[in-house]
Amino acid sequence: MPTRSESLSSADVSTPAPPGKGSVLGAEYLMPAAALVCMLVIWEAAVRLFRVPTFVLPAPSQIVGAAWEHRVHLPGHTWATLWETLAGFGLSIAVGVPLAVAIVASRFLRNTIYPLLVITQSVPKVAIAPLIVIFMGVGEMPKIVVAFLVAFFPIVVDTATGLAAVPPELLDLSRSLKASRLQEFVKIRFPTAVPFIFSGLKVAVALSVVGAVVGEFVQADKGLGYLIVVSTSFWKTPLAFAAMGILSLMGIVLFGLVALVERLAFPWHAAE
Amino acid sequence: MIRIDGVSKVYVTRARETVAALERINLEVGENEFVVLVGPSGCGKSTLLKMVSGLLPVTAGRIEVHGMLVDGPREDVGIVFQAPVLLNWRDVLANVLFPIEILHRDRQRYRPLALDLIRLVGLAGFENKHPRELSGGMQQRVAICRALIHDPTVLLMDEPFGALDALTREEMSVELLRIWEHRRKTILFVTHSISEAVLLADRVVVMSPRPGRIARIVEIRLPRPRSMATESMPEYRQHADEIRELIFGGRQHASPAR
Repeated sequence: MPTRSESLSSADVSTPAPPGKGSVLGAEYLMPAAALVCMLVIWEAAVRLFRVPTFVLPAPSQIVGAAWEHRVHLPGHTWATLWETLAGFGLSIAVGVPLAVAIVASRFLRNTIYPLLVITQSVPKVAIAPLIVIFMGVGEMPKIVVAFLVAFFPIVVDTATGLAAVPPELLDLSRSLKASRLQEFVKIRFPTAVPFIFSGLKVAVALSVVGAVVGEFVQADKGLGYLIVVSTSFWKTPLAFAAMGILSLMGIVLFGLVALVERLAFPWHAAE
Repeated sequence: MIRIDGVSKVYVTRARETVAALERINLEVGENEFVVLVGPSGCGKSTLLKMVSGLLPVTAGRIEVHGMLVDGPREDVGIVFQAPVLLNWRDVLANVLFPIEILHRDRQRYRPLALDLIRLVGLAGFENKHPRELSGGMQQRVAICRALIHDPTVLLMDEPFGALDALTREEMSVELLRIWEHRRKTILFVTHSISEAVLLADRVVVMSPRPGRIARIVEIRLPRPRSMATESMPEYRQHADEIRELIFGGRQHASPAR
């Protein structure tokens, strides 16, 4: 029975755990948790010991205190950023996957659109964000669009790679049975591509959070990115740290949700 | 049954050079005959098989199956490749039934036949296993079931045991003969292995490379059913030596073939 790596894919490269269920659990969950707690304790102690000014580096206890103090406002900001992230991510799937199908299905599109995509990707999206605000004005739309722009490229690339990763013999087999293009895509290419699509989605969901925050940096009146800009300009560093903490938690949870969907909906490759 | 009449294949490389892969091949395969194509790499034997399957057009000549010109893939032909290429996300039964789905036939009607085939190849009890739970030999057995499920009259096999270890390979050859006794098909089989060719074939077509030509057709007069014991018969050795001589003749210093 192979030990299944239940955690995030980055944990797959960890050294094999020694036999026994308890030690596997320990290696995968308890040890990272213990390391995190240790780090927080050292952080807290160092800030107090060296009397680091709060506006430079607040102690974890001060960050939690600031979060508690602003508990009324934080959910609203969190929701705003989460919504922009999810909308951008959803849009990137809705555009990215069909685009990948088109690229794989048509030689013409592969030779025209795909190189264009690659070229436009060399422009840093952070640099486009202010322009998008000019194009689209205020509100949540420009943030969603920035989140979409950073997230959809890995989805297109990984999906296209997956759709093209079918062994040539399998395509010969389907051709020998006179399969239609639709059958070929639905019954062979898509199932082959699923692991590729999900690795693209995992990268994309983390990037959408970045995109939403960048969009808020440029212009916003709500959201965690907005909160960071405002609180740092008033030297309220603990609140900025609290917002950062929520953002990273959001990234981890979204990543975990994508991994969970993958395992539940497509169990056949999860065990590999 | 299969008629290959003056067939040539010319490839054009990227450098716009023309390479003759096959030159004026003539071959007739009778109904339920087992014909093995053997020869060194580059003799065009896999190309020939692909053209019979209709996946690759001929440059010149014509190929007929059942007296009908092959101008594309046909439903009465089953194919087995060197790699099993199963669908990893489907269990064994669903893999075997895959051609039925593609051909828009009734899955339920073919289910009993699929189960029969799975039993015939010795995989009873593995119907609901996934490919990754099977060994290479077992996966190739599933691929054979998949090639037989729509009951084709012709079976094309392109080095089907080439990726297996030597012991499994020998076992699979005997297995294939046993399956063939139960489900008679016209088989065109490509291999590198002389011993495999002699064990399996009614006739062995020895090919020479650059351009691919038929060097000689050797009729194998060994009694059937054959088994591993067949390999110790003197006639078996004679046939194998004859074919080895055809392939390596003139190359005195070449190391002996397997």
